[in-house]
Amino acid sequence: MSDSTAVRHAAEAEAHEHPAYQRHHFETVAQQFDATNFAMWLFLLTEVMFFGGLFTAYLVMRNWYYPAFVEASHQLNIGWGTANTGVLILSSFTMAMGVWNAQMRRKSGLVLCLILTFILGLGFLGIKSIEYTEKFEKHHIPGFHYSLSSFLNPASDEEVHKAYPADKPLPLDMARHTELYFFLYFAMTGMHALHMIIGIAILGYLIVRAQAGDFTTGHVTYIENFGLYWHFVDIIWIFLFPLLYLISRY
Amino acid sequence: MSTTTIVTLPDQSTARIPKMNFMSKENGLLSWLLTGDHKRIAILYLISITFFFFIGGALAGLIRLELLTPQSDLMASDTYNKVFTMHGIIMIFLFLVPSVPATLGNFFIPMMIGAKDLALPKINLLSWYLYVVGGILVIYTMVAGGVDTGWTFTTPLSTHYVNTNVMSTGLAIFIAGFSSIFTGLNFIVTIHKMRCPGMTWFRLPLFVWSNYAASILMVLGTPVLAITIILVALERTVGIGVFDPTKGGDPILFQHLFWFYSHPAVYIMILPGMGVISETISTFSRKRVFGYTAVAFSSVAIAVFGFFVWAHHMFIMGISNYSVLIFSLLTMLVAVPSAIKIFNWTFTLYKGSITFETPMLYSFGFMGLFTIGGLTGVFLGSSGTDIHLTETYFIVAHFHFVMVGGMLMAFLAGIHFWWPKMTGRMYPEKISQLAALVTFIGFNLTFFPQFILGTLGMPRRYAAYPAEFQILNVFSTAGATVLGVGYILPVLYLVWSLKYGEIAGSNPWQATGLEWQTQSPPLTENFPVTPIMDHEAYDYDWLENQEAKEVASVG
Amino acid sequence: MSGKEEMYEQEHHIVSPMIYMAILGALLVGTAITVWASYIDLGEWHIAPGLTLFWNPVVALAIACSKAILVVLFFMHVKYSTKLTKLTLISGLFTFIALIGMTLTDYFSRAWGRW
Repeated sequence: MSDSTAVRHAAEAEAHEHPAYQRHHFETVAQQFDATNFAMWLFLLTEVMFFGGLFTAYLVMRNWYYPAFVEASHQLNIGWGTANTGVLILSSFTMAMGVWNAQMRRKSGLVLCLILTFILGLGFLGIKSIEYTEKFEKHHIPGFHYSLSSFLNPASDEEVHKAYPADKPLPLDMARHTELYFFLYFAMTGMHALHMIIGIAILGYLIVRAQAGDFTTGHVTYIENFGLYWHFVDIIWIFLFPLLYLISRY
Repeated sequence: MSTTTIVTLPDQSTARIPKMNFMSKENGLLSWLLTGDHKRIAILYLISITFFFFIGGALAGLIRLELLTPQSDLMASDTYNKVFTMHGIIMIFLFLVPSVPATLGNFFIPMMIGAKDLALPKINLLSWYLYVVGGILVIYTMVAGGVDTGWTFTTPLSTHYVNTNVMSTGLAIFIAGFSSIFTGLNFIVTIHKMRCPGMTWFRLPLFVWSNYAASILMVLGTPVLAITIILVALERTVGIGVFDPTKGGDPILFQHLFWFYSHPAVYIMILPGMGVISETISTFSRKRVFGYTAVAFSSVAIAVFGFFVWAHHMFIMGISNYSVLIFSLLTMLVAVPSAIKIFNWTFTLYKGSITFETPMLYSFGFMGLFTIGGLTGVFLGSSGTDIHLTETYFIVAHFHFVMVGGMLMAFLAGIHFWWPKMTGRMYPEKISQLAALVTFIGFNLTFFPQFILGTLGMPRRYAAYPAEFQILNVFSTAGATVLGVGYILPVLYLVWSLKYGEIAGSNPWQATGLEWQTQSPPLTENFPVTPIMDHEAYDYDWLENQEAKEVASVG
Repeated sequence: MSGKEEMYEQEHHIVSPMIYMAILGALLVGTAITVWASYIDLGEWHIAPGLTLFWNPVVALAIACSKAILVVLFFMHVKYSTKLTKLTLISGLFTFIALIGMTLTDYFSRAWGRW
């Protein structure tokens, strides 16, 4: 039996005692499920280490330039940030419900949950783009006409100054380090958003296949494994939110 | 039956390569380029890494030619920087890291555990394509003018002070890194989930254990390199400041992140080689490996401890003295499991029936040269001595002893050992033994003088050096010439053997191990019937019983 | 092959939607608490001269870790998973902590001077 994808054995499927979705190098469906599930967990481990580098950089810089990080974090809108956290948590819930529906072989339930997750994911990205646009307008994107005025003279930034009147003007060198904060903000949330985009794209594909009934015949592997990926992306945000938004708001 | 060799070949007048095997199963370029068969992918990898090895080797030749004279007269210093950088990048990322895992590991891990294929065949193929893309980008980089930062990309040089092709090199390594990650991921899943009935963990060949340990390192370590490359790229393009002191960043942060991968990387490189040595030493002493459990656990121990010692590459860079102390102590610890293996292999040899076929010659070379390389590593791990020896030729000699004298010899041992299984043909023994000897002599002549050069104070990565170092450099270059011959010979006779080599039969070495109990070359699905493992690893008594019961097949 | 079925026991445990909803609630409550806590100065603990622990980041991280644990155990089914899955998860976390922890020991001890 050749595993070459160049030759398809459609007719052979009838002759085998195993379901069509079981690959030939696996002995049983259970082995296939187990192996692919484990593979997805290992992939998530690589993602943990990948983000680990960014977290390390963040922790070092935050420790060195705490005042800059505090004042720079006040530039982030807590309302949008909390809303995003809520949206993502809700999308994790809908994804988990999707897995449940697949396990219970309820096709319409599965498709509904996947679509809800999809919409919530887009909602997260939409809010993120609102926040990013705001940063662009206020010249807080590092390397692109970065402006120190909000930090050298907090009174000039009305909105933020009203919410955080205790913020003092930073000395010039500390004010410069707010650029490091924003770099880490964009790098970490940007990397996170990239993972969301990839996840949403895959979700689109899964919705199409779920509608065709592919995942409600007992073959829950794809949904379950994608669910793991989605929850992982949620967990990254669960840590990004307090680290970036909640440094100190008193 | 001659007692000087254990090779047992079938009667050449009647023996044939089996008609049905993984190479003859399907024909045509697409059947190779779109294959899911781990054995075909292994062959694809073998061809690719050999190609890159010789490019890296040519660059090494250029380095040694330049260093014949004290002046920077063959090439400008900037060019020399590019030459050694590309040599390092190609040899490490495009040769050593994938060498044993992607070729021998891919080919034999499924067979050794009695499986039909790896757990994720498509990911395996993707892995090879990523490697090829990474390799093409490296070639592009060379054509576009190279990069001169050294393979270590130290900041702020690589981010702020050079205008060479750091970005394309970074992209190449980023992609090649994912090739490595996917290979490791595949191995871990396969070894956990695809073992045949009866194949418990402690019946696995030690080759599998070593590759398993290396795979853990690949999966957990390589992503940190990936993010580090992204940070360097962002620093170069946008100027974010995370490695820039003028913006409040720290160049040493780069080194922490870089070496967090690159130290485990050296264990990724050596562990699979150690796995090969376990197999060859056992086969050519006709004895089970002494202390199987110790060797198995020491592989995993090397992997685990390997994550805690990275800053021994940074002793002089500006980390705190307390850090230096901790990392130096931990480095002493990591040497222990490696030493355990050497002791166990030595005890395996003791009272064994030793024969000196080519894989065994390379294995002896490994044991001696890796020991020297490893011991000098301990000298370097001690921070007091490291302060004087770091960034000198002592380091260069140290890592070439472990990587070339160690790993490359192990790779060649493995290629020779499993060549009959992969191709169905034997290579010519006399010339291969000669090549092994030439390699050993050439290696010592090339790299031993470099230890002396290092202790005398010659810095590394310099095109020009004080005249008093010339004589040792001349020895080194002379050795390199000999070494080059030693590496070209195998390519020649191995390719020759594909057409003219003797038919090997299924088990020319009388080895234990499931891969030897089936035809050479193997069937696409590896075994006609799923094997059931009912004996311990390296069980030569079981093998004797098998052979007594065997009916020799004709062709 | 009957022996195989035991070896590759698919976790058939299906988690009920009630549990998912409870976790959803807990996560949202955790979010609210952590936002609320960031507006309050929780003080510090002076362990030793030059060594102070501020409670705000500790609380924020503790809440984040709790939320993550809930997601991992219930949404990602780790509570009902094999030992291998749990071991994999822990080894990943361990390596992550090693990276951050050992890098930070360098940065923290630089201020301590030569010896």
